[in-house]
Amino acid sequence: MAKHTHAAAVAIGALLIGAFLAGRETGAAWSKEEIAQLESLWIGSQPPLPADPSNRVADDPRAGAFGQALFFDTRLSANGQVACATCHLPERQFQDDRARARGIGDATRRTMPLAGIAQGAWFFWDGRKDSLWSQALGPLENAMEHGTDRTRVLHLVREHHRASYEAVFGPMPATGPLPQGAGPQSDEAGRAAWRALPETDRVAINTVFANVGKSIAAYERRIRFAPSRFDRYAEAVLSGSEPGAEAQLTTDERAGLKLFIGRAQCVQCHNGPSFSDLHFHNTGVPAVKNLPADEGRAQAVAAVLDDEFNCLGPYSDAQPSQCAELRFMSKDTPRLTRAYKAPTLRNVALRPPYMHAGQLGTLEDVLNHYSRAPPAPAGRSELEPLLLSRREQHQLIAFLNTLSGPVVIAPETEPQTLQSRAIAWSIE
Amino acid sequence: MTYSPVRRTASAATALLSAVVFAGCTMLTPAPKDLDFSTSRSGERGIYRATIQPDASPIPLHRIHSWTVELKDVAGRPVDAAHIEVDGDMPQHRHGLPTRPRVTEALGDGRYRVEGLKFHMRGWWTVSFKVDAPAGNDEITFNLMLR
Repeated sequence: MAKHTHAAAVAIGALLIGAFLAGRETGAAWSKEEIAQLESLWIGSQPPLPADPSNRVADDPRAGAFGQALFFDTRLSANGQVACATCHLPERQFQDDRARARGIGDATRRTMPLAGIAQGAWFFWDGRKDSLWSQALGPLENAMEHGTDRTRVLHLVREHHRASYEAVFGPMPATGPLPQGAGPQSDEAGRAAWRALPETDRVAINTVFANVGKSIAAYERRIRFAPSRFDRYAEAVLSGSEPGAEAQLTTDERAGLKLFIGRAQCVQCHNGPSFSDLHFHNTGVPAVKNLPADEGRAQAVAAVLDDEFNCLGPYSDAQPSQCAELRFMSKDTPRLTRAYKAPTLRNVALRPPYMHAGQLGTLEDVLNHYSRAPPAPAGRSELEPLLLSRREQHQLIAFLNTLSGPVVIAPETEPQTLQSRAIAWSIE
Repeated sequence: MTYSPVRRTASAATALLSAVVFAGCTMLTPAPKDLDFSTSRSGERGIYRATIQPDASPIPLHRIHSWTVELKDVAGRPVDAAHIEVDGDMPQHRHGLPTRPRVTEALGDGRYRVEGLKFHMRGWWTVSFKVDAPAGNDEITFNLMLR
């Protein structure tokens, strides 16, 4: 008798646990809080693209067209073979599938995808640039990327893009005779040539260089994500309707979503419709052997403050009061050591390898990393071990696969302040 | 000794149960249930009382914005010429604010403009004001729940 009672109690217990786990897994019914989370992640909740007051042509279609031409122009490089599009491949979500970018030489970080990039306030993995236009200038003068210099850029615009430039910015500034290769980031001879130029010529060159960045940014601002299967599912849940064939999530995908917004806490940093808080976190990602020491955000703080192309600098179109992100930037370097920008998770399954230097090859590696939460090589990791089971990791990966969707170029005529839910997407 | 089916079920159920309990242990520590979300609060030492007024309502996520803070003494008189330091934290996480807000202007009548506030996560935040003024030092902390 006692044996039967024990057996019955165990059976009831097992059933209760089973029902609890099944409820957790199917996600058949979402709680009020979970529905609020789904809405916050839904692409329809995307706020209007933030204005960039430091770039007066950010939303000028002529600047966008000029920027698009520049984006694909390999003459913007030391060897005539590297354009922005060399690493930011349009057919590959504007990234290159490599662990670390390869331009003129081998770079030390992974190419970032560009869709939705203009939603954030900081650029590059470490946020060493505070605008998209200023970011676009960095690789041009980086010896491992385009390897060119601002004087060559001015020559190129004069010779090949003059009409497009002048249609947007007015007459190109006149200068005295300019040497090739002069620039503050160039080799020693180039730096000496730069210093020898009259101040008026340096300002003229910098102005054209900044305008090149502003035009490239005007193009890049139009690169957006279109809705994924997750978005269609979320839309159905939010409207209280049954998800149609195009909006279904499998049991595993729903279970992964439940983990994502619940126990696995992914949503803490990968939040909002960008699936990123667009700020910096140390998640204990391992260092890459044989690469220079990399302190992440901690070493970028001084760089962005010193940058003549920042929001407060002479080439910015903003009033100082409009540069709040830079003026109130956190400089808490111990917390920022090896902190890197949380990337968007939209289309994440389509672009291994992962992390700022491609340290983790697959999503399985990434989930394993978050599950274990190893100590950071420097600074302190924000992670706590999640101790996810293999099944849970599989479910999270299944969910991440539902975030894949088209990358589109928003129409030139589209006012940049429209809510994305009202946008008619077009693919170029 | 051989395992009976009942014993096997029992040990499987126990294993499951402990897995569930263990998983529960790795969850975020829940925010205290009795948090005070008042926008007007007294300092730890009871020297000052502050009232916060964010420029945007509800307080926005992911957007840098400003607050006005009004500072009074116990008698309800406005406190001007105070030095105020602003800080924010997510007590359940290993990080604070993504920005460094500060008082940028004394507006008079005990009112101060605080610029540079930004919240990049939903959940429980604290924002504290360390006040240094002639009547003494005090710290006033506000709780926010961002949804």
